[in-house]
Amino acid sequence: MKMHYGFPIIAGLLIFVVAITAPFAVGKAVTKQYKQPEPKKVVGEKECIESVEFMRTEHMQLLNEWRDWALRDGKRIYTNHAGKQFTISLQNTCMKCHTNKAEFCDKCHNDAGVSPYCWDCHVQPEGLK
Amino acid sequence: MLELALKGSKRYYGWIAFLLVLIGIGSMAWIDQLRNGLVITGMSRDVSWGFYISQFTYLVGLAASGVMIVLPNYFHSYKTNKHMVIFGEFMAIAACIMCLFFIVVDIGQPQRMMNMIFHPTPNSILFWDMIVLNGYLFLNLIVGWNCLQADRVRLPHPHWLKPFIYVSIIWAFSIHTVTAFLYQGLPGRHYWLTAILAARFLASAFCSGPAILVLVLLVTEKFTTFKMPRNALKTLVKIIAYAMCINMFFFALEIFTSFYSNIPGHMHPITYLFEHASAGLVTLMWTFIAFAAIAITLLVTPKFRNNLKLLPWTLAILVIATWIDKGLGLLIGGFNPTPFETITPYWPTGKELLVSMMIYATGALVVTILFKIATDVKKEMGHSQALPCGCSTEDHCDCAPAEAE
Amino acid sequence: MKNSRRTFIKLASLAAATLAVAPKAMASSGGHEPVSVNPKAVHAKQWAMVIDTTKLHTAEAIEKLAALCHADHNVPTVQSKKEIKWLWNDTYAHTFPEQENPHLAEEVHHRAYALLCNHCENPSCVRVCPTKATFKRPDGIVAMDYHRCIGCRYCMAACPFGSRSFNWEEPRKNLDLTKLNPEFPTRMRGVVEKCNFCVERLAVGKMPICAEASEGAIVFGDLYDPESPVRKVLREKFTIRRKPSVGTEPCVYYVI
Repeated sequence: MKMHYGFPIIAGLLIFVVAITAPFAVGKAVTKQYKQPEPKKVVGEKECIESVEFMRTEHMQLLNEWRDWALRDGKRIYTNHAGKQFTISLQNTCMKCHTNKAEFCDKCHNDAGVSPYCWDCHVQPEGLK
Repeated sequence: MLELALKGSKRYYGWIAFLLVLIGIGSMAWIDQLRNGLVITGMSRDVSWGFYISQFTYLVGLAASGVMIVLPNYFHSYKTNKHMVIFGEFMAIAACIMCLFFIVVDIGQPQRMMNMIFHPTPNSILFWDMIVLNGYLFLNLIVGWNCLQADRVRLPHPHWLKPFIYVSIIWAFSIHTVTAFLYQGLPGRHYWLTAILAARFLASAFCSGPAILVLVLLVTEKFTTFKMPRNALKTLVKIIAYAMCINMFFFALEIFTSFYSNIPGHMHPITYLFEHASAGLVTLMWTFIAFAAIAITLLVTPKFRNNLKLLPWTLAILVIATWIDKGLGLLIGGFNPTPFETITPYWPTGKELLVSMMIYATGALVVTILFKIATDVKKEMGHSQALPCGCSTEDHCDCAPAEAE
Repeated sequence: MKNSRRTFIKLASLAAATLAVAPKAMASSGGHEPVSVNPKAVHAKQWAMVIDTTKLHTAEAIEKLAALCHADHNVPTVQSKKEIKWLWNDTYAHTFPEQENPHLAEEVHHRAYALLCNHCENPSCVRVCPTKATFKRPDGIVAMDYHRCIGCRYCMAACPFGSRSFNWEEPRKNLDLTKLNPEFPTRMRGVVEKCNFCVERLAVGKMPICAEASEGAIVFGDLYDPESPVRKVLREKFTIRRKPSVGTEPCVYYVI
């Protein structure tokens, strides 16, 4: 059977295949050995507000809830699973230990390719340029 | 049916290319706005809504106006209109798209737009406006598209469409009422705080909207074989005449209430617009009055109303008059005097106008494509086609071929 | 064939509905309430303010308070009609436009008046907000959730007092970034902002910064507590409010 529009179809497919495989052929990100990001360790404080595992997977939900609790419900004290209490505040609680956004938050966020808009308003402890 | 929009003359493609160029130029200004914020507009702390929202308001009127063809057809069985209905519906689709687009460019955080759905707030009129505009867009898409498709295969319109059609007729009134409610429920904005604002919006919509539709159809007639049935056109122009008279009557009611009561808050916006504003704005406002007077004179005099050579000019004058009133004066008069009884002049910036041009060009593109499809179907069916003598095949004039009825 | 497609659509829509509802249901369940109010916080049924214009009536004095407020809340300085302000001053005529008698006592007429959000009991801005980004807290404060604001500016059109400002451009462009208050956020471009009655200070038991620095000219307290300092002043002195006729019940009172 004769193929209609054979040339443009095959040319189009070729361009598609080349484009989609290009990162493997020429890109550096894919060929380089991936290294786990190393966010800066906190000195002085042993434990975060919750366990490391919880924070690693749930910090975004927790921050979302913190935002609504503090701002909308006016409840600004958080009691963690161990019963310890903290003031709900990104700038005044989280960032008092994690004293550098670039060396902590950005480490993983950059690798994961996410850019949460927290810092459009909240002031990072290392200051703004 | 969409394939009909792909097959066209060089002139058709040229026009589409031209519109795309306009959209391209305008989108540069929009990208600039997305990067730098609404700082590129002429809006300010005191005049916090501007050209975008006023165009939105004016175009909601255009969206609602198609009902002036649809309503007689379905509620009064005025079947003379039956070949015009689709154009009213398709114009409404384009108008709704432009309205929604004007809202998108006006808000400061467009990427958070969905918050209106994630956190639905029924006490906000803006929430309802979002509902009615999107609803009206979908109603017209469903009704218009299905009716045209049925026409194309010479089938009666499907029965299940009936409820959608009747709902869409009522819905048309609701979209402009809700848009007026955006304004007229605000305490402390005297120019808007008037129970007759919604009625005035509807009156203004039902003259300006059909006027724009007729103008666009007159242009369509130049480039296609479509010809408006003479009686349908005559009826529509009469509706325009009545609506314009009612519109100006309502405006006169505002003037009376404000000045006879002598309440400063009610008088100030009007004296500002017509007397104390910048020379340009004052001239425009008086142009509105003068053009409205001319349009009414031409429309109520049968000799002038029935003069098809004069009609485009009459309608253009009417559109300009209503646009100055609702697409410009309404916003500026609402924000001035400010809550501090001071004056903060507003005039759109070039970039603001470019972004608006982008949206108007998008609307024109939608109208072009939809009207192309509709006129092609009409041509296939032999409905409402131009005859050599200048009549439409739907007219009962002497040159029309005798139809077996 | 047709039947299975119908079933599929049914199941899919059911799943979609569950997905939409589930996270909220889960968030509100559990019973363990992990949050509470700071015990140091001060409470009220409706916070209110009385500004004694016999004591605070010069532009300089009000500007000093405004500078404190704006520094504390990282309010940018914009010198144009696109300005942003939480606390500012204006003339009698602009503050009380419907209450300007001819031949008004000159001394009263020439005072400068402090203006800010009235934190109305019946706020029209809250009524119109399509996302609940501006809302009334149980203590009467008209608060703003800048995370949620879409920047439609409906609240600005609805406020009869001109108390709201919009970030027409990146606010950090107009802030001295070396002098930011590190304990308070800035705002982002494209959101509305206004005075928050220092809700962040009330939460830790402090009074609003303007009241604290006013040397007694600004009194702050609960409008519904007959023993509150606000009610004491209202009992003793003649006060007026801005535009009472629009029915929003402003909670900022002026001693004349």
